Amino acid sequence: MTEEIIIAGFGGQGVLSMGKILAYSGIMQNKEVSWMPSYGPEMRGGTANVTVIVSDERISSPVLNKYDTAIILNQQSMDKFECSVKAGGYLIYDGNGITRHPDRKDINIYRIDAADEASKMGMTKVFNMLVLGGYLKLKPIVSGEFIHKGLEKSLPKRHHGMIPENEKAVEIGKDLIYPIHVL
Amino acid sequence: MKELRLMKGNEAIAEAAIRAGADGYFGYPITPQSEILEYLMAEKPYETTGMVVLQAESEVAAINMVYGGASCGKKCWTSSSSPGISLKQEGISYMAGSELPGIIVNVVRGGPGLGTIQPSQADYFQATKGGGHGDYRLLVLAPASVQEMADFIPLGFDLAFKYRNPVMILTDGVIGQMMEKVELPEFTPRWTEEEIVKMSGDWATTGKTPDRERNIISSLILDSAKQEKHVKKLELKYKAMEADEVRYETFQCEDAEYLLVAFGSTARICQKSVDIARAKGIKVGLLRPITLYPFPTIPIHELASQVKGMLVVEMNLGQMVEDVRLAVNGKVQVEHFGRCGGMIPNPDEIVKNLVSKIIGG
Amino acid sequence: MAVITREDIIKPENLVYKRTSLLVDCALSYCPGCGHGTAHRMLMEVIEEMGIQSKTIGVAPVGCSVLAYEFLDIDVQQAAHGRAPALATAIKRLMPEKYVFTYQGDGDLAAIGTAETIHACNRGENFVIIFINNGIYGMTGGQMAPTTLPHMRASTCPYGRDTETMGNPLKITELVATLPGTCYVTRQAVHTPGNVRKTKKALRKAFEYSYAKKGVSLVEIVSNCNSGWKMTPVQSNKWMEENMFPYYPLGDIKVPAAE
Repeated sequence: MTEEIIIAGFGGQGVLSMGKILAYSGIMQNKEVSWMPSYGPEMRGGTANVTVIVSDERISSPVLNKYDTAIILNQQSMDKFECSVKAGGYLIYDGNGITRHPDRKDINIYRIDAADEASKMGMTKVFNMLVLGGYLKLKPIVSGEFIHKGLEKSLPKRHHGMIPENEKAVEIGKDLIYPIHVL
Repeated sequence: MKELRLMKGNEAIAEAAIRAGADGYFGYPITPQSEILEYLMAEKPYETTGMVVLQAESEVAAINMVYGGASCGKKCWTSSSSPGISLKQEGISYMAGSELPGIIVNVVRGGPGLGTIQPSQADYFQATKGGGHGDYRLLVLAPASVQEMADFIPLGFDLAFKYRNPVMILTDGVIGQMMEKVELPEFTPRWTEEEIVKMSGDWATTGKTPDRERNIISSLILDSAKQEKHVKKLELKYKAMEADEVRYETFQCEDAEYLLVAFGSTARICQKSVDIARAKGIKVGLLRPITLYPFPTIPIHELASQVKGMLVVEMNLGQMVEDVRLAVNGKVQVEHFGRCGGMIPNPDEIVKNLVSKIIGG
Repeated sequence: MAVITREDIIKPENLVYKRTSLLVDCALSYCPGCGHGTAHRMLMEVIEEMGIQSKTIGVAPVGCSVLAYEFLDIDVQQAAHGRAPALATAIKRLMPEKYVFTYQGDGDLAAIGTAETIHACNRGENFVIIFINNGIYGMTGGQMAPTTLPHMRASTCPYGRDTETMGNPLKITELVATLPGTCYVTRQAVHTPGNVRKTKKALRKAFEYSYAKKGVSLVEIVSNCNSGWKMTPVQSNKWMEENMFPYYPLGDIKVPAAE
């Protein structure tokens, strides 16, 4: 199994930390992982993205131009990465702020309105975990037990009190995702 | 037991230095490697192992602090990114001239000038051909993973002290910023003053005791005949490195008809290109120099008898390709594919270039 | 009349003064009449009297005293131009039980090494800076220094230092005295026996303060450069008194609060 993912959105949406939690969970489940972020000042208020690879084998390139799954959280990222999903792959997006919806016919497209739900439920801090839950519903590459361990490892100790809320968000996210176009 | 962590390359190299028993780190912030100094300041090794961590007033001061510490027989290191490494060249040349051990980490970004903060390999010439003034070489290690970032710190100190020569770890923003699983080495205690005197007492400035002559660290030899003798002595060290320290890795070369040559992060990307090309029936292998100096000239020369052509892939306009051509010596076609300015080659375009430039099509 | 031979004179009971054993028995590379030799001797006498030869690491600069390590019988590191305070910072931090000093000229300390000087002083590093100020680049052949006096001639200001275009002499000693990281800042000279004695006292205090972790101690020695100034040694000392001292007045600029 090798899963190559790009997560892209605005800085501040928790893009990098979502990738980190996923990567750490993968390690806990004895997988090989890599996490390659965009970096530098363009992230301040601009777009942020991270390439996460989870695999049973040694990972070659941490930098990719085609992905099994793209998780897209703003319009700029949609414009940039819709075309980068491999044929037969998955595109997951949050509809908030999206003005041009994806229209490829050779990939699976799912939508999760996590931003709206997060603000309705007063869970904006765990918005990214709702999205992660939606992703894991489609691609259960790591199990809940290891997500828990991943959260423990990647969150600083002072934030460990928030782990239950994060795990709850992952579960809620699984129910929020719905298909737009399925092969 | 070894400890498993998910870490950035920059963090792994900092943690590895603490664990390797480093005595001093002297640095100055610059993207994309500021995490090194930040990590060390947060970890406070001066309270645990006793390692000194200091934010210097400039890269120039930082490398000269490494010079001062190394002269005392201490394990010292610094890190920076391209523009800062240019500033350090003065101190690096002095260290080579004075035969001082130490590690300089260059997390390369695109240039020339202030350039970009995105990854690059454009400092290959600077790292491998001297960099500063005068006749000298650095031992240059090029990690291709976060694990190697951690592993090359203890290796770097071993080599630096073995040859009394500065070692450069030449990496880039990809390896510095990415996170991977890393097995951290166990803690090695810092050398005691007694151990340093025993090991390096014949040259290090540890304080002149009655049982020995004074030790002087200097690169100044005004007498030309003596200076030549000194440079020839340095040359012997470089020859010894060329004989004993070449490190490289091959990937799917056994039946290869074509060869990719790449180092560092680009070699990782090329591994994927090998998989893509082989899926298309193209028998291609990859050679990754791990030491850029000394360069794996002989293995590349030998592969030139096996393959029909080589493509050298770099994040620059063509630097290592010159060393590959020297190794091949005209035996087969050697072409270059480079991205620069902070652009990273992707696995598909490497295959496309292999086909168009080497295989023909 | 009895003939007195050399052997009659050279007897232990007649010895009133001798070269310190910590100065290497060789000819100094300095010009006859230059103050460097005297400054070296005072420095090594202090180290000998304090009994700290094995605990002292020196840092030599680039300039006339680039070869200082040839003359001082202690462990010495030779620094790149201006970088001595960076070396000394690392030495003292890595070996806090040592006495560490830099020996620097005006070009080294106040031009190319200004950043290293000011920041080491600002961090309050616990080493001694010995600063020889003769207002000229001696080793490279008499070029203008940051401390060259207004209208003073040098090979790169052959018509005299024009302060309009070349700036004014930099009083870096007064400058670093304003920093909390310095504890003892003083300006001395070595051209008369009285001044030599004062300089030696100042050096000893500087070593003691820095060892007591009070921060940087800087001892400036205003000195002559008879070759660079194109004068005889005697003329140069007179010229120094008449021209250098008014601009660079001798005496303590900063002393530790306890005194």
